Amino acid sequence: MKTKKGILDSNLFYTVLAIIIGFAIGAIFLMVAGISPAVAYGKLLDSIFSKPKYLVWTLVYAAPVIFTGLSVAFSFRTGVFNIGAEGQYIVGSVAACVVGIKLHLPPIIHPLVCLLAAAAAGCLWSLIVGILKTTRGIHEVLSFIMFNWIAYYFQNYVVNLPGIRRQSGGEATENVADAARILLPEGLMKTLDCSGANWGFILASIAAIVIFIIIEKTTLGYELKAVGFNKNAAEFAGINVNRSMLTALGISGALAGLGGAVQVLGMGGRLSQLAAQEGFGFDGITVALIAGSNPLGCILSGLFYGAMKYGGSKLTIVRAPSEVVNIIMGCVIIFIAISQVFKVLFTSIGKKKEA
Amino acid sequence: MDVLITNLGLLINATLIATPPLLFAGLGSCFSERSGVVNIGIEGMMTIGAFTGAVASLYTGNGWAAFLIGGLAGALLGIIHAVVCISFHADQTIAGTAINFLGTGLSLFLCKALFDNSSDTPSHDPSAALPKIFNGVFETGSFGYNVLNVYGVAYLVFVLALVCWFVFYKTKFGSHLRAVGEHPEACESIGIDVYKVRYACVILSGFLAGLGGAFVTLATVNQFRPAVIVGQGFIAIAAVIFGKFTPQGTTFACLLFGLCSGIKSLASMSNAVSPNLISMIPYVVTIVALILFVGRANAPAANGKPFVKAR
Amino acid sequence: MSHQSHMDPNTMVIEMRDIVKKFGDFTANDHINLTLHKGEVHAILGENGAGKSTLMNVLCGLYHPTSGQIFVDGKEVHMNGPRDAIDLGIGMVHQHFMLIQPFTVTDNIILGIEPTKAGVVVDEKLARQKVLELSERYGMKVDPDAKIEDISVGMQQRVEILKVLYRGSNVLILDEPTASLTPQEIDELMQIIDNLTKDGKSVILITHKLKEIKACSDTCTVIRQGKYIKTVNVADVNENEMAAMMVGRDVNFKVEKKDITPGEVVLDIKDLHAKDYRDVEILRGLNLNVRKGEIVGLCGVDGNGQTELVEVLTGLRKAESGSITMMGKNAFNLNPHASFEAGISSIPADRQKHGLVLDFSIEDNLIVQHYKEAPFSKNGIMKRDAIRKNATNLMEKFDVRPRGVEDRPAGNLSGGNQQKVIIAREVTNDKELLIAFNPTRGLDVGAIEFVHKYLVEQRNKGRAVLLVSFELDEIMSLSDRIEVIFDGEITGSVPGAQADEKELGFMMAGGKKNEN
Repeated sequence: MKTKKGILDSNLFYTVLAIIIGFAIGAIFLMVAGISPAVAYGKLLDSIFSKPKYLVWTLVYAAPVIFTGLSVAFSFRTGVFNIGAEGQYIVGSVAACVVGIKLHLPPIIHPLVCLLAAAAAGCLWSLIVGILKTTRGIHEVLSFIMFNWIAYYFQNYVVNLPGIRRQSGGEATENVADAARILLPEGLMKTLDCSGANWGFILASIAAIVIFIIIEKTTLGYELKAVGFNKNAAEFAGINVNRSMLTALGISGALAGLGGAVQVLGMGGRLSQLAAQEGFGFDGITVALIAGSNPLGCILSGLFYGAMKYGGSKLTIVRAPSEVVNIIMGCVIIFIAISQVFKVLFTSIGKKKEA
Repeated sequence: MDVLITNLGLLINATLIATPPLLFAGLGSCFSERSGVVNIGIEGMMTIGAFTGAVASLYTGNGWAAFLIGGLAGALLGIIHAVVCISFHADQTIAGTAINFLGTGLSLFLCKALFDNSSDTPSHDPSAALPKIFNGVFETGSFGYNVLNVYGVAYLVFVLALVCWFVFYKTKFGSHLRAVGEHPEACESIGIDVYKVRYACVILSGFLAGLGGAFVTLATVNQFRPAVIVGQGFIAIAAVIFGKFTPQGTTFACLLFGLCSGIKSLASMSNAVSPNLISMIPYVVTIVALILFVGRANAPAANGKPFVKAR
Repeated sequence: MSHQSHMDPNTMVIEMRDIVKKFGDFTANDHINLTLHKGEVHAILGENGAGKSTLMNVLCGLYHPTSGQIFVDGKEVHMNGPRDAIDLGIGMVHQHFMLIQPFTVTDNIILGIEPTKAGVVVDEKLARQKVLELSERYGMKVDPDAKIEDISVGMQQRVEILKVLYRGSNVLILDEPTASLTPQEIDELMQIIDNLTKDGKSVILITHKLKEIKACSDTCTVIRQGKYIKTVNVADVNENEMAAMMVGRDVNFKVEKKDITPGEVVLDIKDLHAKDYRDVEILRGLNLNVRKGEIVGLCGVDGNGQTELVEVLTGLRKAESGSITMMGKNAFNLNPHASFEAGISSIPADRQKHGLVLDFSIEDNLIVQHYKEAPFSKNGIMKRDAIRKNATNLMEKFDVRPRGVEDRPAGNLSGGNQQKVIIAREVTNDKELLIAFNPTRGLDVGAIEFVHKYLVEQRNKGRAVLLVSFELDEIMSLSDRIEVIFDGEITGSVPGAQADEKELGFMMAGGKKNEN
């Protein structure tokens, strides 16, 4: 009985349950659309697991969303809602890209400088919103949305600047210097048979561990959580609430910026003109939600998300709309959102049986 | 001088076209937020409205029917949001994020399922679009034609804004919806059914957002494409916060956004400045306006907090 | 005050029979009986948490009873929500007012049953007129057009009563109605209750104030730990008997204090001016000092500047002008951290808003001012062992129950135990000045005794204690010196031993001492 109750209490159980329900609902939609769920899901699983190289691609897809997921999770834990990770991701990728193109530095140093530039850009982008909130009381959700769009057009502006725009034509930038890339050594890449294999996932995992330590083990984390949970009590106890809020937003923004850098320096190698927001920041919200705002959980949920994104992109091969992935994710989130209700329900049923 | 007047006319025209989708969605959002339910799923609701509107016009050939169907599709997502947030007391931000996924996901999924894996719907017949009310009234190319001959719905939405204001401040329902957003326990204690009022408001917000989406595919463009809505739902939410959660404030905020889009489309006709910088105008203007005039937004006291009935 | 009964013992209005209400495994009401007659004032007496409010929430339709029967005018009724209760003529004035702050008085009173044109549009004119009529009939003055956020607590209460009357209620349930009223306002309320019963209405009064029961009630039902104890005729019992019934043992209301002579001045405030949140001047030249080894009781009606004074002292609000010194050092307009460093620790009025981070564990709440110091952290890393040990010790010493839940959220504790956590933290801070703002609000008798004991202990140790309370009894029983605050100024000072309730009440309402 005790073990059963343990399972019913654990968030992981409900997350897995939500994922199963999400897939089930996705299957219904596939059937309605006249596509065999078995074929579609078979293809999905096949394109994630059947070859080592596919698994590596999952890691590649996961890296940026782990970063944006961490960004959002960190903001949730400190009491703000960073719906602006999208914009911070963009300015981070732009900063990394420009520094990657314009500077000529030795390997290892160059990517580090690019990453720093991206983190600084994301941090700044988020801090502006924070300052508007703390000094003028402007609702952060509102300014985040505005700054997402400003960042979006800013990228398109930068992409088209002379000296950045690629000379061989096409609406994209020059490639960043090879020295600035964070690709795995060539030999390893060949073995894995994956042209995009890079250090991004490792960097994201390190970031997750660092953030976990900050939140759970440090006085800084204590302070930020206190402000996040109860601003008034934190202020009453002598914690500088505005400074804490800005710190939280700065760190959150830096994480999203790093996500942008990892994508540019790892997989892309350059930026293209955007036709629509790519949604990495919004993906981060999903990753954070599935992870229950736990930084380490973000690694897992980021992997799940990366796999779905990568596998989903192959669904067109079996003529299944890849958007079924969005439907599945939407349902997963809904069921995670209402899982508390199930928790209460199941626990009370368990209790009754016990009695 | 003539150039100035022509340009001014074009500006008004562009504003009249750009404002309605935002305003429909914004007014909807006002209902939801004021009743105490945060709805960041507006984007998804607009998208599904845009898609179903376009499809319905293909099948029915009737612009008005398609418009209404677009609204109903939005309302359907509104029902899901309401069930999750109100009956299940779920976190409203999380639920809204899910609604956005579902709205955009379903639209594209169904689009591909229906139209041979194409992410665009076929263009519909112009006669199946929403009518322009001043067709034939003004001489083609005249000032009136250029400026005022927009789709009738564009005027309708301003009437709707007025109606919303009236509903909010003069009617029983309006009084109840504002009250449940401020102090649900108080409402419950005197027998107002908080859930019922909130359900009505959230579903209404979905309906209006759906109308806003349908406006885009039935009046602005003549088909559904993946990027027709992108971001407008969030702009509508921004307008509501900007407008301090009132229908009248939201109307002015949406007009400001519309005007900025107007300036944007006019300015992009000249090549003097990068179109990308010009495109930033609405967002920069909003921030500046917030810094200068608006400041602190007064969200309803119970906004975002699930209400659990005592039993 | 003598009470004249308007009770008609032959007409029973309400009968509650064998009411049981369970929340999960917890039984809040355990077979409770209650009868109410026309024109009767029936007091329900019990400690906090005894189940009074639960019983009344059952009666006004908010809760479904687990078992038991309710009869209204002799007929059994089954209520599905407050609407049904309202239709049966039962209305409740809740302790925490159920008013919509940004709405006007009129809009609040008519909310839910608005007079309308065509069933949709609210007829504001008619509503306003009806409200005025009603307020005149029962002698309750209100401004129908004022917004709730702009009117006094007393007027808010009148609005609540009018709200119930507007719904045609014959039975009014008043939940702790005198909690934040002046003695004069309490007298007015008694008059209103008298007017109501004269008019044939019945009143149920939920309270733990014995004096008020004696002053205006016909009968009194005592509840203890969810159980029905007995119903008595108020005229037949004295206050001590009622208290013993309520607590289940003899209660000692007297607080033991040893005689000590106050020492040097710790806190000295001169000519303090400050504005409230609406930017209106609320402290207008306040002078106050507190010395070592004394409890200074600041007594006054809510809204006369107490909140702002404490906010200024604890660094939450910036004053406009004046001077504040701690131990002779400047302490004017410090931030919260600096104020703490200057020697001010504080038990806040709102423990859930300012006192605790409810989602934080108990152990984390206990170090909220010290998390950066050894032994709780080193080089920015929290030391969990030391934090746990600190919590275990303090919970033992201050009797925080249950034990062994150091890592559980503070929000899981009962109100009294939450307050013990705050007291444990603030008392062990060993600061020169301890400010206690309504430290016993919402606590039961046992917890109140506990809090009072620790405040006196601090004084005995030679600390300065500033007690700000809306409970006159608390001020009178604890203070060495009582200072009366009215309209942002100190209007009178009385040695604690010589305090007279009438005189204090007079000063709290703005009368100067020498005019009395």
